[in-house]
Amino acid sequence: MSDQKDLLRAPFELAYNYKRSSGPLMSKFFNALAEQKILGTKSSTGKVYAPAAEFDPETHESLSDLVEVGPGGVIESFSWIEEPKHHHLIKNPFAFALIKLDGADTSMLHMVTECDEADLKIGSRVTANWSATMENRITDIKFFTLEK
Amino acid sequence: MKKVAIVGYAQHPILENAGALNEVELIMPVVHQLFDELGISQNNIDFTCSGSCDYLQGAAFAFVEGLSAIQTNPPIKESHVEMDAAWAMYESMLKIQMGDADTALIYGFGKSSPGRLDSIISLQMDPYYISPLWPDRVSLAAIQARVLLEKNIITPEQMITAVIEARTNSKNNKNALVTELVDKEAYLASEKISSPLNEFDCPPISDGSSAMIIASEEKAYDFTDQPIFIEGIDHRIESSNIGSRDLSKPSGILASIEHLKLEKTKFDVAELHTQFSHEVPYLQSVLKLSDVPTNLSGGPLVGNVMMCAGLDAIGKTYESLKSNDLINGLAHASSGPCLQHNMLVHLEKKS
Repeated sequence: MSDQKDLLRAPFELAYNYKRSSGPLMSKFFNALAEQKILGTKSSTGKVYAPAAEFDPETHESLSDLVEVGPGGVIESFSWIEEPKHHHLIKNPFAFALIKLDGADTSMLHMVTECDEADLKIGSRVTANWSATMENRITDIKFFTLEK
Repeated sequence: MKKVAIVGYAQHPILENAGALNEVELIMPVVHQLFDELGISQNNIDFTCSGSCDYLQGAAFAFVEGLSAIQTNPPIKESHVEMDAAWAMYESMLKIQMGDADTALIYGFGKSSPGRLDSIISLQMDPYYISPLWPDRVSLAAIQARVLLEKNIITPEQMITAVIEARTNSKNNKNALVTELVDKEAYLASEKISSPLNEFDCPPISDGSSAMIIASEEKAYDFTDQPIFIEGIDHRIESSNIGSRDLSKPSGILASIEHLKLEKTKFDVAELHTQFSHEVPYLQSVLKLSDVPTNLSGGPLVGNVMMCAGLDAIGKTYESLKSNDLINGLAHASSGPCLQHNMLVHLEKKS
């Protein structure tokens, strides 16, 4: 192996440039975000998956019964990032959290910010904050903040 | 079931940055080390299977380049998994079971140093609901760690012990990357990367490769006097919907334990693909390994070659049984966020 100092290096920025169809069910979820509504899907067992799941991982049935959940919910777990890295969307200290939205039986991964780590606990109540421009993406929910 | 045995395993020294060494140059030494030790060539291999991830190299079908490390003329039977090479071993097992092969060469390789592993790993997640949020691998692991701590399934002291023991055990592993000892004070003074995990709780960015040869019982003794038999192997995956999983209940692993009837076996040694410190006490408790020497190689906390570290857990268990007076070993390989996909391998030395 040559000495590290002698290596010539060229930058190689790999992007993730795909456009994906959201499909019939998730399209409804993303359209609802534009109206500041969060949808889940209800399975035949009564369990509500949110964000809307296309199938039930337990019964394997396809799901189509949409129900509105949130916008408030409870933190089921979280990790706190005091110093965000280049790829993180939030540049201030924030948490990745699993949030069980009101009316749902499963959790949604999203971000929680505008607080300190010590303010957050498993069981803390949070609510959705919306982006200024809607793009039919999960990031239309900007982040969650602690309920006032 | 046809009996299948491991007859050889080789590991490249784990590097922090392999620099100009490309993947082929990482694979060739381990494959040829195995061939030389066993006195064979590619012509003795019926089936070749590799494990790697094109996202690490940043190019489609990059794994095909890895084949340049072995002789492919005359044409060979070959396959690849976009997974840890432990699953390449699983595919090779199936190939032998089907009667299509009696011998298989498995290799895994990965260079994490050229890219940004945290953001690359985000791309393995659901592309609609999760990847656009760019959750890094440490933050996802930390979410599970917090659940386990909150429920008192593990304790912070056990995490510290896992880190200290991994560093201490690195002396048993000539290929380990991280060998510097750490004490409790240094651990506690370390800044959190993604709380509750600090840098000591996380595996090092690693470059490297490993190779293994397995054979049916009939062929195994042509290679070695002491093959180590794969007595049981099982893998299960949990939902890709991370929010629907109970992160404190490893349903897949529990099903594998039952299927392989592991409660009946007294293991002498175990190697676990535990990439984060909290996973060590968690899996030790799930797999009932409190009295079993675990991760004597130091495990992934002292060297964690992506797409290879699972195969290394199997290889290190093989080495322990082969070079010590031990009978039963348990190896674990994992994939996906928060121990989503797990493989258990029961290895046995016949007397």
